[in-house]
Amino acid sequence: MITQDHVWMWTLAGIGVVTLAFVFVIVNASKPADPSTVQKHAYAIRRWWFLALVLLGVGVAYASLKPFPIADQHAQAESAQVVAAVGRQWSWQLSQNRIELGKPVQFDVTSVDVNHGFAIYGPNDRIVTQVQAMPGFTNRLLYTFTEPGKYRVMCLEYCGLAHHGMVTEFEVVAAGNGGKP
Amino acid sequence: MSDAQTVGVLHPANEALTRDERIVLNLYFISALLVFVLMMLLGLTMRTSQSTWMSVPPNIFYEIMTAHGAGMVGTIVLASSAVMWFFLRKYVRLSLSIFAANYVLFMLGALAILGAVFLGGYAGAWTFLYPLPVHSMGLWSTNAAALFMLGYLLIGVGFLLFYLDAMLAIIRVYGNLGRALGLQWLFGGEIDKSHPTTVVASTMVAITNSVGILAGAVVLVICLINIYFPSVAPNALLVKNLIFLFGHMFVNASIYMAVIAVYELLPRYSGRPYPISRAFLWSWASSLVMVLIVYPHHLMMDYVMPHWMLVMGQIISYCAGLPVFTVTVYGALTNVYRSGMRWTMPASLLMLSMFGWAAGIVPAIVDGTIGVNKLMHNTQWVPGHFHFYLLLGVLPMVLALMFHLIGQRTPARASDRWSFPLYVFGGLVFVFAFLAAGHLSTPRRFAVHLPPWLAYDQAGTVGAALVIAAMLVFTFQIIVGLSRPTGNAHAALAAG
Repeated sequence: MITQDHVWMWTLAGIGVVTLAFVFVIVNASKPADPSTVQKHAYAIRRWWFLALVLLGVGVAYASLKPFPIADQHAQAESAQVVAAVGRQWSWQLSQNRIELGKPVQFDVTSVDVNHGFAIYGPNDRIVTQVQAMPGFTNRLLYTFTEPGKYRVMCLEYCGLAHHGMVTEFEVVAAGNGGKP
Repeated sequence: MSDAQTVGVLHPANEALTRDERIVLNLYFISALLVFVLMMLLGLTMRTSQSTWMSVPPNIFYEIMTAHGAGMVGTIVLASSAVMWFFLRKYVRLSLSIFAANYVLFMLGALAILGAVFLGGYAGAWTFLYPLPVHSMGLWSTNAAALFMLGYLLIGVGFLLFYLDAMLAIIRVYGNLGRALGLQWLFGGEIDKSHPTTVVASTMVAITNSVGILAGAVVLVICLINIYFPSVAPNALLVKNLIFLFGHMFVNASIYMAVIAVYELLPRYSGRPYPISRAFLWSWASSLVMVLIVYPHHLMMDYVMPHWMLVMGQIISYCAGLPVFTVTVYGALTNVYRSGMRWTMPASLLMLSMFGWAAGIVPAIVDGTIGVNKLMHNTQWVPGHFHFYLLLGVLPMVLALMFHLIGQRTPARASDRWSFPLYVFGGLVFVFAFLAAGHLSTPRRFAVHLPPWLAYDQAGTVGAALVIAAMLVFTFQIIVGLSRPTGNAHAALAAG
């Protein structure tokens, strides 16, 4: 399973918990009980519910922010392949279209006109990473490809009439195999 | 006891409308319903086109997308402001003229926006992300972009007047905004149980959305100057920050205004009070701060942003869920649990709204994680989560008040048995089609879709059609109901 599938499962689980809570309450709504008793029990449960959510949030925040998921924008990545990516309505210009497998790549992404989204789709047609391309700024995206093959860059920030057609490709190849993926 | 806690009486006398009030409120509600249906039809057109069941040229598709986004955002805030006005006027003296002026300015703004889009060809999306409005590649003129922004300004001025009037009226009664928010009871002291929940929520929205609208006004003026004086080129990142501060705040204001209907009406249908509490006051005070500083979660893919702001965006996204999950929705569930609830249309819609809000923010919070945002940002995951809490959360809150109001004027409707389930089922199919497609990396805002994405588009189209069918029934029933005279029903009607 890739990360998106994990995200999907956890989201469905979260929505499932919400749904179960509502079903439970709705099923029991028609059986009247003393309001003060209900409230007393509910408040007691709420303390634990609040605590559980806080602990979940702290845990997920810590795990997802360490290491920090965005590259240092001021430091040059060591021993990285550097690819300059420039977006314009409605095409991408990459400084190279062959990238070495297993070696960090530093994409320096910018735009010469409007905002674009630099999203890299893997051979399985799922996003592997993305960053915005902004006029007047260069966003630095660091990524290490672990699977060879053909990758596509699609624009994910709406940029006008041919936004959906703003696509380019590059290949990720194993080092020293003559450029074959 | 405040009205919010006066259980048992469905239509208290102090909610009765004068003739003029009724005319203005009906204008708000009927206009909102008609625009909702129209905008839903535009949405259906987009999903049908993406499904390849209908051919829509890309330029028309993006015009429709722009009108749909601006129209839905504006209209849900318009309808929600009517909810706030309806209940807040019981506690403070609001100006009917300003409420009416807001409506007029909104309609003038809407006309400008529709003209810019469908006559001027403007298709820069509702977010008017600089510098796209002035970089149309010949598709629309700069005048069309300016007209679109002028429409936003008119709408913003109307809402700003509405909020300033609300804040002034609140200060007249409660002394200052802090006391209206109940800040004096946050750390101790005996809470005045008659302090209305409506006043707390309205004060919070009036403060925060005024800030949001002012940010929007600043950025609109900057962009308008740039249109006619291109050499005055603003910093694209600064503009983006202002746009998302405004946009995030404006959309969220609709939830915070519409939820007043839940606080006011749910206790009447459950027969149980929904008392104000310290947890409630904390949730609104903290939400006031959080809703203003959470917007960087829209800029997580702008790596040049100060990283502390992106971390703040993630942490506050998580924290913003706490008031929903542990106070408002939890409080609503507690209120209904073993209450002997009668499942009339308003009650069902109120319960649906709580579900839609709670369930809809799950994928939203998940996407507020930087690592997840790298994979989900600007995919259909995003319309998946915001349609979840707008279509199945906020809109049902507004509809609940409408059905509540007509409840005293119309007999029970047989169609409720199928129209409500149809709305829920269609809505779920619609939003889950977006979410499922988003997890498969299907981009949002694409006029043309690749073959692997079509099955989800088609499921979404079917869901949208079902929602619209139910919405047409709701709209017809509500308009007929609102048009009927109330007679002496207000004071006489009671639950039972």
